[in-house]
Amino acid sequence: MNIVVCIKQVPETSDIGWDSKTGSLIREGVEGILNPNDKNALEAALQIRQQHGGVITALSMGPRQAEDALREALSMGVDKAILLNDRIFAGSDTLSTSYALSLAIKKISRFDLILCGKESWDAMTAHVGPQVSELLNLPQLTYATEITIHNNSVTIKQKLEDGFKILTSSLPALITVEKEINQPQIPSMESIMNAYRNKEVQVWTNEDLGADKTHFGLKGSPTQSRKVYIKKVHKGKVIILEGKPDEIARNLVQILKQKGLV
Amino acid sequence: MSIGNIQESSGLWVFVEQSDGTLARVSLELLGKGRDLAEKLGVDVTAILIGHNVSEIAEELIFYGADRVIIADDPIVQDYRTETHTEIIAEQALKEKPDILLIGATCIGRDLAPRLSARLNTGCTADCTELDIDKEMRLIVATKPFFGRDLMADIICPFHRPQMVTVRPGVMELKDQDRKRHGELIYIDVKLKEEDIKVKVLETMRAASDGISLEEADKVVAAGMGVGNQDGFEMVKELAKLLGAQVGATSLPVDEGWVSEDKKIGQTGKTIRPKLYIGCGVSGAIQHSAGMINSELIIAINTNPKADIFNFADYGIIGNINEIIPALIKELKYSANKSLRPACKRLKPN
Ligand SMILES: Cc1cc2nc3c(=O)[nH]c(=O)nc-3n(C[C@H](O)[C@H](O)[C@H](O)COP(=O)(O)OP(=O)(O)OC[C@H]3O[C@@H](n4cnc5c(N)ncnc54)[C@H](O)[C@@H]3O)c2cc1C
Ligand SMILES: Nc1ncnc2c1ncn2[C@@H]1O[C@H](COP(=O)(O)O)[C@@H](O)[C@H]1O
Repeated sequence: MNIVVCIKQVPETSDIGWDSKTGSLIREGVEGILNPNDKNALEAALQIRQQHGGVITALSMGPRQAEDALREALSMGVDKAILLNDRIFAGSDTLSTSYALSLAIKKISRFDLILCGKESWDAMTAHVGPQVSELLNLPQLTYATEITIHNNSVTIKQKLEDGFKILTSSLPALITVEKEINQPQIPSMESIMNAYRNKEVQVWTNEDLGADKTHFGLKGSPTQSRKVYIKKVHKGKVIILEGKPDEIARNLVQILKQKGLV
Repeated sequence: MSIGNIQESSGLWVFVEQSDGTLARVSLELLGKGRDLAEKLGVDVTAILIGHNVSEIAEELIFYGADRVIIADDPIVQDYRTETHTEIIAEQALKEKPDILLIGATCIGRDLAPRLSARLNTGCTADCTELDIDKEMRLIVATKPFFGRDLMADIICPFHRPQMVTVRPGVMELKDQDRKRHGELIYIDVKLKEEDIKVKVLETMRAASDGISLEEADKVVAAGMGVGNQDGFEMVKELAKLLGAQVGATSLPVDEGWVSEDKKIGQTGKTIRPKLYIGCGVSGAIQHSAGMINSELIIAINTNPKADIFNFADYGIIGNINEIIPALIKELKYSANKSLRPACKRLKPN
């Protein structure tokens, strides 16, 4: 069972700036972390490998510092790590990102399963999994809270608004995982050190992918942000209730009563 | 497969989600919004409806704003599946070249929209909170809260068609239906074969709903990070119970695991319009306020007088929830007792 896990490095905080000319986030100098939901995808891959054997490759597209996310994946126990890094990738929207990831996965060649998080915590579009599936012409199984593999097929429990569905498909397939699927292990200090000292993160550029350059970056992305701006929502003036807590409480309950709300 | 020619593209489409013949409300919301946008462009609204035995609901879509309904009715599409729905919509879109395609950002919509955008090689803007038309450029401008505090982004898709957008349920208003409207029902053949479809649905389990949903609630008490921990959250729950309100939350308590995902309010959660919203330890970040700003009466409890929520609250309490909420609970219990007595009296036989 050869598995590719797509992982993303996301900014640690949402207090970050943006480039007012291009509308892109300024990711440089912002502490990056491994997208929490992608840890679930990594953990799911590790559990599948434990049962069925095989090789796990962690794949990420991003700036050079995204290497740290891949090192974290290595410390959790994946076998290989690949970073897609090229100036021309900068500013890519979800479709161009998915294009790069799909080319890289084709280059990795033999795979049975691709795992993604359901969504990244900065973009939260949940686009990349389905888009990569399409570009690789794979069946897509989204929002998995359980994965079972037997012979050449995979069954998942899919989480929906009002319940669940059990879906099954042949392999290879792409699965996006919910955070409920598992409790990701926390790597030991030793394995973290090992991931930095003894493991390799391969870096692939646009040339390695043999991609059509016009598909990348701001120019190659179908969606463009035309304007990014601060929006503070203002209504009328707020009435501040003052006094000791029990005075405030009495006052507020009175107001709610007048409005027929209690 | 790309819809290259922008000049040739025209018309606004709405993907209509249904399950066992029940229409998803968000699709109706989008038909209403789509109608407004289409009028600005002077084009038609087309609903695309896929399922089995769905003819009956097709006409409803006209009342809600569609000029045309494309219907794919076949047992093979009884259940939603990514492959079948992508194939049907993509084929029809390549034929008719719509300019705009709106999809509800439900679980199904979020599974379908990105797949379809990759198939059609076009852009899709996820989870928008406002939609408008740039008349000069004849483009849809999709606005969404952006990563980072109070940031909004206007996203366009200038060179690819259709321009795809997803919108969460509740964000657009549900317009009244107009039963006098006329439109065209167009049935299309479904040529899919079961053996070509890789994904099979083995089972569908519907969860029993636990009473009133957040969207339907008259009153909502929302907890933010300011509640501090699970205990703080339980206190908010007690307050909600006394008020007969539903509990909601910002995304952080959900991430902490203090409450389930379905209680999240905001851009990536539920959109609510209750009569009363009380925010406890909620900062009022745009991603959250996007989902509750249309509440009728907004009350905020926050220690920080500069918190954004005070910019749009009707009443504000600058204070610690650990002091304010217990006081409120006490006061509510007291006033409930007071009003209970006469009610008891009335129960006695005359
Ligand atoms: C792509 C994206 C999508 C997002 N979608 C959503 C969404 O749908 N919904 C959502 O809610 N968020 C969403 N967020 C997160 C959002 O940006 C904010 O981080 C979040 O809403 C803040 O939650 P909060 O107000 O609970 O916490 P904080 O911002 O941490 O605020 C806590 C508040 O509590 C106050 N406080 C602290 N202690 C006390 C006390 N003892 N008593 C009273 N007050 C106290 C503080 O002064 C502060 O104002 C999204 C973020 C991103 C990047
Ligand atoms: N730049 C990236 N590199 C690798 N994987 C990614 C990248 N962006 C998104 N993904 C994967 O796609 C999932 C959904 O991300 P998103 O579409 O951004 O919400 C993530 O959880 C990752 O598994």
